[in-house]
Amino acid sequence: MPWFKRKTDGSEGKASTVQIAEGLWIKCDSCKEIIYRAEVERAGRACPKCHYPFRISARERIALLADPGSFEERDTNLETTDPLGFKDTKKYRDRVRAAAQKTRTDEAVVTGLARIGGLPSVLCAFEFGFLGGSMGSVVGEKLARAIELAIDKHVPVVIVSASGGARMQEGILSLMQMAKTSAALERLGARRLPYVSVLTDPTTGGVTASFAMLGDVILAEPRALIGFAGPRVIAETIRQPLPEGFQRSEFLLAHGQIDAIVDRRELKETLRRILAFFADRPSAAG
Amino acid sequence: MPDALDFEQPLLELENRITALQAEDSPRARDEIPRLEERLARLRQRTYASLTAWQRTQLARHPRRPHTRDFFRLLFEDFVELHGDRLYGDDAAIVGGLARFGERRVVVIGQQKGRDTREKLARNFGMPHPEGYRKALRLMQLADKFAKPVITLVDTPGAYPGIGAEERGQAEAIARNLRGMAALGVPLIAVVTGEGGSGGALAIGMGNRVLMLEYAVYSVISPEGCAAILWGDAGKAPEAAESMKITAPDLLRLGVIDTIVPEPLGGAHRDWEGAARHLREALRAELGALAGRSRETLVAERYDKFRRIGAFEETAMPAPGA
Ligand SMILES: [Zn+2]
Repeated sequence: MPWFKRKTDGSEGKASTVQIAEGLWIKCDSCKEIIYRAEVERAGRACPKCHYPFRISARERIALLADPGSFEERDTNLETTDPLGFKDTKKYRDRVRAAAQKTRTDEAVVTGLARIGGLPSVLCAFEFGFLGGSMGSVVGEKLARAIELAIDKHVPVVIVSASGGARMQEGILSLMQMAKTSAALERLGARRLPYVSVLTDPTTGGVTASFAMLGDVILAEPRALIGFAGPRVIAETIRQPLPEGFQRSEFLLAHGQIDAIVDRRELKETLRRILAFFADRPSAAG
Repeated sequence: MPDALDFEQPLLELENRITALQAEDSPRARDEIPRLEERLARLRQRTYASLTAWQRTQLARHPRRPHTRDFFRLLFEDFVELHGDRLYGDDAAIVGGLARFGERRVVVIGQQKGRDTREKLARNFGMPHPEGYRKALRLMQLADKFAKPVITLVDTPGAYPGIGAEERGQAEAIARNLRGMAALGVPLIAVVTGEGGSGGALAIGMGNRVLMLEYAVYSVISPEGCAAILWGDAGKAPEAAESMKITAPDLLRLGVIDTIVPEPLGGAHRDWEGAARHLREALRAELGALAGRSRETLVAERYDKFRRIGAFEETAMPAPGA
C-alpha cells in the first residue's frame, strides 16, 4: 500500500492522532483523559495516564534514543528529480519542498551515526510528517547508504519506521526501493552485523513488506498500526468489519510477527541491552 | 470473438468481413479481399503502435491472455509441480516446480490467475497469501542448493489484502523473499508476463534479469487504486495508468527492466504459440548469457542492479551546522 493523500484531505501528513492544542492541557486520543502538556513532553510524548505513544518527529525520536550530542547526520543533500513528471493537484516537487519546509528535514527519513547507551550504531528515523513517511528513491538511497555505512564502520543498524509505504508519485521506482533496502540488509546480515527494526505508528505497505520486517530483532511501540495492506483496503476487499485491535502491535505480537512491544520510556534501554548483547565485547550499562 | 476490448472492435469487424467474403468466394469478393486485408494491416499497425497505458493494462488483463500454467506448458517439459510452504498450507495462487527448458533443468515459479469462475476462485484471482510467497522462496532455495537457474513469471493484481494474510505475515513473507532473492547464488530471471501488481509482484521478481512482455504492465499500485486515491474516482484509472508510467517502454527507460519481449501483433491472447516462441528465445539468450557465472558474481551483479535503480540528484553537502 503506497502512501497517499486524498484530494479532499487537507491534513497532509499530519503526524499526531491527538490534537495538541496551543494551551497547557491536551486530550489523549486513546484514553480521552485531559492531560497536562508538560507531563506528555516529559514522558517522551506519551500519555502519562495510558502511556499511549503519540506520533513524534524524526528529530524527537533521535533525541529520545541517541546519546546527547552523539548523532552525526548523513546524506541530507539528496533530492528527487521527479522522474515521472507527476502532478495531481500539485506538482510533486512542490509537495516535496513544502514537506521539507514544514518538517525541517530534507526527506522522509533521517539517517546518521549515533551512540545508543554508549554503543555506536547507525540510527535511521522516519519522519511521518514528510509525505506520510513514504519511501521514494531518496529514502531508499539514504537507507542503503546508511546500511553500507554500518558495514563500513562495522556497527549495527537501528531503523525506526513510521511510514505509509511506497511513494506513489515515484511509481515503480519507489517499489524498487523495497528490493534495494532488503538487498542491503542481506549484505549487512552476511557480515554478522545486527539490525534492530522498531515499528511505530503507522508502519504499512512497502515499508513493512521490506526492511521493517527484516530485523534480527523486531520491536514495536504499543498500539501502533502495522500491516501490509491498509485496513480500509482490507475492509473493502472482504466486505466485512475488521476484528477489534486488528493490525495493532498487540495483534502482531499475538500472531508471532514481532519480538516485543516496548513502552517508549523503556525503548532506549531495551535497544542498549540488545545492541550490547550483539556487540563484540559486552559492555556495561552506558 | 468474445471478450473483445473496445479498441479491438474495429479490427474484428474487418476480420469478420474478410472471413465472410472468403466464404462467399465470388469474383466481387476476390476483388474486395486484398483491399480489405491491406486496410486491416494498416489499421492494426496504427492501433498497436499507439496503445495507451490503459489499453495495455486491458491487454495485460485480457481474459484470454496466456497465464502462467499456459506458459509452463508451452515452454517447459517434464514439469513436476511442487506444493506447499511446509508451514501452513498450499497457496494455489502461486504455482511452481521442476522443469526442463531445452537442455537446462530449471525451477519455475509464477502467480496463477484463473480462467473460468471456478478456477478464479480457487486461485484467488492470482492474489497470493503468505503461504504462496513462502512456497516460492522454498523452491528458489531448492534451486540454489542444487545449482539450477530459477525462472519466475509475474502475473498478479497484487498480494491479497485479507485478515488471514495479515495474521500470517503477508509483509514478512514478501520482505523475506526480497532478502532471500538478494542472496540467491543461481541465475534468477523474472518475466512480467501480464500484470505486475506492486509488492506482490516484486516478491518473486528480483531477477538478475527482469524481462517484460510487450503489453504487460508493472506498477506500484493498480491504476484503479491510484485513481481512487488521487481523484476519489476509480473510473479515472486510464489517467492514473498514464501518469504512473507502467508500460514496458516506460520501465525500460526508467531502468527497471532489461528487455522487452515482443508479442504477436494484436497481443499474446491472439497467438499463444507466437508469444511463447518469443519468450523462449529471450529466456534461452538470457540463461545462456548468465551460465557459468560464479555464485558471488550473480549475487554481486543482482545487488548492483537494484542498488542503482532510483532517480535523485545529489547537491553540494551543506556546511556542518548550517
Ligand atoms: Zn491516554
